[in-house]
Amino acid sequence: MTFSPELEARFTELLRRYPPGYQRGALIPMLLYAQDEVGYITDDLIAEVARRLSLTPLQVEEVVSYYTMLRRRPAGRHHIQICTNISCMLRGAEDLWDSARRRLSLTDKETTADGRFSLEEVECMGACSWAPALQVNYDFHHHMTPEKLDALLEKLKADHV
Amino acid sequence: MYNDPHPAEVQVLTRRFRLPNSQSIETYLANEGYQGLQKALAMTPDQVIEEVKASGLRGRGGAGFPAGLKWSFVPRHSPKPKYIVVNADEGEPGTCKDRVLMEYDPHQLIEGVLIAARAVDAHQGWIYIRGEYRYLLDIMDRAIAEAYQRGYLGPNILGSGFDFDLYTHTGAGSYECGEESALLESLEGKRGIPRIRPPFPAVVGAFGSPTVLNNVETFCAAPTILLRGGHYFADLGSKKNGGTRLFCLSGHVNRPGVYELPMGFPLRRMIEEVGGGVPGGKKVKAVIPGGSSCPILKGDEIDIPMDFDSLAAAGSMLGSGGVVIIDEDTCMVKLAMRIMKFYQHESCGWCIPCREGTMWLKKVLVRFHDGHGAKSDIDLIGELAQNMLGRTFCPLGDAAALPTISIVKKFRHEFEEHLNGARCPYEEHARPR
Repeated sequence: MTFSPELEARFTELLRRYPPGYQRGALIPMLLYAQDEVGYITDDLIAEVARRLSLTPLQVEEVVSYYTMLRRRPAGRHHIQICTNISCMLRGAEDLWDSARRRLSLTDKETTADGRFSLEEVECMGACSWAPALQVNYDFHHHMTPEKLDALLEKLKADHV
Repeated sequence: MYNDPHPAEVQVLTRRFRLPNSQSIETYLANEGYQGLQKALAMTPDQVIEEVKASGLRGRGGAGFPAGLKWSFVPRHSPKPKYIVVNADEGEPGTCKDRVLMEYDPHQLIEGVLIAARAVDAHQGWIYIRGEYRYLLDIMDRAIAEAYQRGYLGPNILGSGFDFDLYTHTGAGSYECGEESALLESLEGKRGIPRIRPPFPAVVGAFGSPTVLNNVETFCAAPTILLRGGHYFADLGSKKNGGTRLFCLSGHVNRPGVYELPMGFPLRRMIEEVGGGVPGGKKVKAVIPGGSSCPILKGDEIDIPMDFDSLAAAGSMLGSGGVVIIDEDTCMVKLAMRIMKFYQHESCGWCIPCREGTMWLKKVLVRFHDGHGAKSDIDLIGELAQNMLGRTFCPLGDAAALPTISIVKKFRHEFEEHLNGARCPYEEHARPR
């Protein structure tokens, strides 16, 4: 399996960050950065990362299955993550969530047929004082309303990658 | 900054936040930056620890353990290297302060880490940042690169002979990794399950070595403590609760935001004056004083100073600084249910009382909120929660049980109102259509 030169450089640098004999420390960052490039955690990716860290694929898979951001299936190009935890809930996150489901015709952890959007209900993302909040991939959007969500989705739809 | 400042604030850790280019090392250096470190480098490690002890600084992650004492537990002479680990896995619902500390003043955190490193003679450290905070990882990486360029990180810092290397490390989505021992497992590339203690991280922490592990805000206090003295910091707060605290106001409040206020600041003033009261002039029904794991306070229990000891005396906790305000039209059964859904989702499954307890409590609370609860369920909720307390490796079990017990105890009548297929009496108000 091959990665971009940027990701290879990042891996090389990452492996230097942990004490001798503890290169496994790089595992979770490697998986997340690789997912950013590949789109999701494939079987090939697990085998490749395992090989580089002298782990078994099972050891890597056991870690992948624990962390909510590491996914074994592709997500949409724009992965919409809506927080419905208490601070967001008190500021209208449930209506935001319902509105997103209707607008995208998706339920939790589903992806549109064209692969453009995916939707996920997530736990607290650390935006409590600017609630309700959502993330599109890694970007935060604060003080959301169903109307602002509509505008955001329109903007993302027009955004051809 | 995300919100306007308030006149009641005492800006110490946040004093540079609103300066132009507050992230840059130039701004930092022009505004007292790295001066605490210079003082620390001229002091013995013991003197640094004594200064932090004198400051009354207590762990800002939630437990409130005295920071200087924690640092003193690291063995002086260790055959193994010693490490510093920053807990930037901010995940306690209601809490969003470490985010602004890293976003607006990343060098303050780096300097705080260096001071801790000097105090325990550590030469390597990691900042464990939750995966969702990718932009902060980039900000910290840039700041670390600047610090290396200017000689504040790397070999022979400022000609002192002291070496230190600092790295960021991303998480990948796990509340449990905010718990110190699970965080260390995660840093080592494993599932985030807690370790049994003792040994504590000060003796066996990251990679089998003695480790100082503190919250972002705790480290961020160190530069000011060294620069202005432990007593200056202690005097800012209340008795045995040194300094200021970044309080995150959220929920039903007119001016939600992160505000730096002295320890011991009255909760009522925080809500009414700083937060501007409840929207629509509604009454406060309840307050979660420090993140979702804290026992809830009723609206008539908010005349209380916000420090660790006062909250403990009131049967709650100061926690992580996340103050969630809940108005009179909110359904407390629903609140308890949403809190439990979270803990059930985040339980790592290692300890059976937590894994099974959160699952059963979620089931009962969902059933209850749907109007299918039985009268005996009210006591069952309390009983299940009680059986989790103190029976797990890490505090997640308690974090799920404590708020639940308090909500059932203080708002029992609301549970009774949901009996016999009754429609939630608050739903209309809470969710206007």
